Amino acid sequence: MNAVTVVHHTIHVVLALSLPPLLVGVIARTKAVLAGRVGQPVLQPYYDLVKLFRKDSVYSTTTTWVFQAGPVVGLVTGALALLVIPLANSIAPLSFTGDPIFLAYLLGLGRFFMASAALDTGSPFEGMGAAREVTFASLAEPALFFGLLVLAHLSGSLQLATMLGSQLSQQWFSAGAPLALVLVSWVIVLLAENARIPFDDPNTHLELTMIHEVMVLDHSGPAFGMILYGAALKLFIFAALVVRLVFPATTGSLWMDWPLFVLGLLTIAVAIGLLESTMARLRMTHVPVLLVAACLFSAFGVILLLR
Amino acid sequence: MPQVFDILLILAVALNFVSLGVSRIRAVINVVALQGVLIGTFPLFVHTDIGLRGFLLVTVTLVLKGRVFPAFLMHAMREANIQHEVTPVVSFISSLLLGAVGSALAIMFSDTLPLTEEHSQVLLVPASLSTVWTGFLMLTTRRQAIMQVLGFLLLENGIFMFGLLLLEAIPLLVEAGVLLDLFTGVFVMGIIIHHISREFASTSTERLAELKE
Amino acid sequence: MSERLEVLAIALAALSGTPGLLLKRDSPLGQWVALLLSIASGGLGIAGAALFWALNDTQPIHWPWSLPGAEFSVAVDGLSAIFLLPIFLISMLGSVYGIGYWNQRQHPQNGRQLRLFYGLLTAGMALVVIARNGVLFLFGWEIMALSAFFLVITEDEKKEVREAGWIYLVATHTATLCLFALFALLRTASGSYELVPLTNNDISPAIATAVFALGLVGFGIKAGIMPLHVWLPGSHAIAPSHVSAIMSGVIIKMGIYGLFRVTSLLPQAPLAWGTIVLVLGAVSGVLGVAFAIGQHDLKRLLAYHSIENIGIILLGLGLAMIGRSLDRVDLVVLGVGGGLLHVWNHALFKGLLFLGAGSVIHASGTREIDRLGGLAKTMPWTALFFLVGAVAICGLPPLNGFVSEFLIYLGLFATFLPGKGASFAGAALAAPALALIGGLALACFVKVFGAVFLGVARSQPAEHAHESGPSMILPMGVLVACCFLIGLAPPLVAGILDRAIAAWAPNLENTGPHLATVAPLNWISVMAVLLLAALLVGGMLLRLRLGRGVVERSVTWGCGYLAPTARIQYTSSSFGQMLVELFAWALHPRIHKPMHLPLFPQSAQFHSEVADTVLDGAVLPASRLVARLFSWFRVFQSGNIQAYLLYIFAALILLLLWPY
Repeated sequence: MNAVTVVHHTIHVVLALSLPPLLVGVIARTKAVLAGRVGQPVLQPYYDLVKLFRKDSVYSTTTTWVFQAGPVVGLVTGALALLVIPLANSIAPLSFTGDPIFLAYLLGLGRFFMASAALDTGSPFEGMGAAREVTFASLAEPALFFGLLVLAHLSGSLQLATMLGSQLSQQWFSAGAPLALVLVSWVIVLLAENARIPFDDPNTHLELTMIHEVMVLDHSGPAFGMILYGAALKLFIFAALVVRLVFPATTGSLWMDWPLFVLGLLTIAVAIGLLESTMARLRMTHVPVLLVAACLFSAFGVILLLR
Repeated sequence: MPQVFDILLILAVALNFVSLGVSRIRAVINVVALQGVLIGTFPLFVHTDIGLRGFLLVTVTLVLKGRVFPAFLMHAMREANIQHEVTPVVSFISSLLLGAVGSALAIMFSDTLPLTEEHSQVLLVPASLSTVWTGFLMLTTRRQAIMQVLGFLLLENGIFMFGLLLLEAIPLLVEAGVLLDLFTGVFVMGIIIHHISREFASTSTERLAELKE
Repeated sequence: MSERLEVLAIALAALSGTPGLLLKRDSPLGQWVALLLSIASGGLGIAGAALFWALNDTQPIHWPWSLPGAEFSVAVDGLSAIFLLPIFLISMLGSVYGIGYWNQRQHPQNGRQLRLFYGLLTAGMALVVIARNGVLFLFGWEIMALSAFFLVITEDEKKEVREAGWIYLVATHTATLCLFALFALLRTASGSYELVPLTNNDISPAIATAVFALGLVGFGIKAGIMPLHVWLPGSHAIAPSHVSAIMSGVIIKMGIYGLFRVTSLLPQAPLAWGTIVLVLGAVSGVLGVAFAIGQHDLKRLLAYHSIENIGIILLGLGLAMIGRSLDRVDLVVLGVGGGLLHVWNHALFKGLLFLGAGSVIHASGTREIDRLGGLAKTMPWTALFFLVGAVAICGLPPLNGFVSEFLIYLGLFATFLPGKGASFAGAALAAPALALIGGLALACFVKVFGAVFLGVARSQPAEHAHESGPSMILPMGVLVACCFLIGLAPPLVAGILDRAIAAWAPNLENTGPHLATVAPLNWISVMAVLLLAALLVGGMLLRLRLGRGVVERSVTWGCGYLAPTARIQYTSSSFGQMLVELFAWALHPRIHKPMHLPLFPQSAQFHSEVADTVLDGAVLPASRLVARLFSWFRVFQSGNIQAYLLYIFAALILLLLWPY
């Protein structure tokens, strides 16, 4: 491992752990500006986290250790997943053949415990949220894997660093149609997995209509901070995958690649904000339709490659 | 250029899926209109040198499919007080899956067709077959009469794309004939919808069964 | 040496229940003798397999047998050894569990019967996997099938038990019928009942196809492949839980063993066979888990998950067969390796889950998920172990289920990568199917774990549940340790799987890459350890932080509702409702709800169930039709003994005249 790699990996870890709340802030700010409000400071999510980590906690008498494990597993799996995905320079600190499969299942582990923690409270609302979360996530999973098939075929590898490597920029010219389909599909997955509009409205105040927010109603203090931070990490993970898919080119220079990548991330955040300001959320019964459509889009990409 | 064309064709196929998946009739009208505009530009991609007649054709298509038909259908919806929600016979997800299976079969089938080199390179034939299939699905699995009109429009979009293969051989004839048929069709259907709704206070085609002797 | 150890272990297992028969009904001595014999037999059996792996010391036994065509010929190879381990391990742990779960004192009327057939079952299964003679194989197969039948109907005073038992008996004999035909065909090809690999000169493609089809149906019924699974959910649900564990963990694997063995004997495998197996695997996987989501009965739900996991194993087998017909060594290695490792993994975590379910049923007296709840507080160990099993069966890291699914994924993706030789890219479509299976399994196990162990008890018995005794906890603990071991250190099993791969496809033995070179097993190990360590550190940090601040206890926030009861909790049926609706085209859920609710609320009833579509929709109507068609046969059943004697006499004369 040479010095440049060490520098790259250091930047990778520092950026991946520090940047995610910023994305949340940017989305909120974009929405505020578009709605004609001044909005909260972009750094507000950081202040919230600091405040939450200093607060005391309230735990329901119904709950067991599973409830406490939920936020921990959610955060740890998110953090570990960050070390597997390639960011700016297409080499992740932990990279091996089959790492996208590990990534998907790692996030699954977090989801398992978050949903179990919700059921541990015995609250009907949280049970409802957990049911929605796991249902929609299970439908999003095939969309992710169809996309992985396309990328694996184009790159000839099953390692995220190569699949989303700089060779992808040539593939956009030779196999643009399948890649475009995967992009559409993955953007839908990004919105679904992170409970954004049109799947879920993070700002809603009616528990009956929530998905993700209602699952975490009973958490408080540091544990709630871990959940917010974990959610931000998850947003970062999917945003980073989309950024690598859209802008795979690398210049090879440390000082160009990282700022470009951060710029890409912020663009995605603004785009999400724009989308959320211009769209209404879907009716709950129509959510599976959109997810199935996402699967079909990327499946169509696979079929195009099969020709 | 073929790459851009391929992406546009994929977009047309994607619009097929959207038209099967959305639940509001207005949205379906807009989607079909958008697809019409999209494929209206396709002659420019198939033959870069299409002459004045070609341009005229493109313009007429764009105006008809992008402006006249949707406006007409929107008008029909307002006048006939058609409900806003699509009422499918099979669920939205099933119709999406059916659409996908049909499109996949279309791709496989088009590989077996004896096409010229330039036509088999792009996805023109699969996209057209997929659109025709979507039109059939729309015709068979939706209850409202207005959805049948939209199904016909999709069907025509598919035939239009297929007709592009013949653009060199019989330039105007096929297309003009189809457009005229369709225009009459939409017109007649609009009148029928209006009358059905006046007669039955609903435009479900299931009610038409009552008219049988 | 291995063979002799195995034969001894089989003998001990077969005898383990007999001393109890000579003792009095209420004497507890019999169960302890049976336990000792079972542990001895398990130890010998596992030692035999271990000896094979360590020293490769095989001396096939050929003892003569007076039956025509038969010979007592047994041998251990890589494939048998893989299956021997779960047979003896799960049997041994199950008999320890039985001391607490089915104690002779509490069940004097059927405890002895249970232990007799339990031992015979173990013996029969072990005989099946080491038999190298068709007749001996069928002997073992029938011992296994019949003793399983008697185990299923242990509580034969209940009507539902007898019904499920009959369905099982009919199904298993349909399977046996196919196997008779299969071995007869193999005999015409090879000239003896000895199970030896055939060459293209021995067997014509048509006969080979017939053998494969018969194997797929015969072994498929036993394995519970989707349209053939009709016997499985019912009998798994009503058998005593440690019997369910062995049925789901091991018996259905005998069908898988049969498929692996038969496909390894046949000289060729056209691409279509592999594709069929792959499609069947995907169908069983997706629909198995979809049916599971609709179930209300804890053990029935787990039974449907067995179908799902058989599907995953079939994905591995199908991949390997495709690899063999394309001459792709990497596909064979990943397919057989992933499939067989999943055989182990499923035996471990499904055994664990059934034992955990048994512990719950033992404590609460009900299998209805929606009557349980909150057991994590009263049964902490069962809850923890069940959670481990649930995470493992969802295929999540850092446990064992992930490793085998990972190998299968690698193989499926490899069919889609360009430039690695001949390929059949359509197979790659099974990868998203496997992802869907994983996502749905996760949804289902969150539902089960949440509804059974979390929240508040929904009924009186659940509220007064108590933790099970050490004899029931200990076997679960052993299985948990095994799940962690394979999950954290998969390179340990690579060598064992390599031997099985070599046994399945002998011509690939020295040419191909071995499992450790085609799959990053070391990386999985590193990631799993890292994940586990990070989880422990994270948990400790949260605990430390909570220890330093004020932690208040309060009631759950009811979103403004101040009088919550246990009955307003989200039930498991509501949890699965959206997914059941999505799969309604296959599940055909029956929903009974009040049609017209009056203006003011009155008491109303809601009821929903998901019955088995294949059984209710196809098999039962078909059998009724057959019964009607054959009803004219009744005229021969006069009830007159003289008439019956006449039939026998007539038949005898007919047979004597036959040659002329």
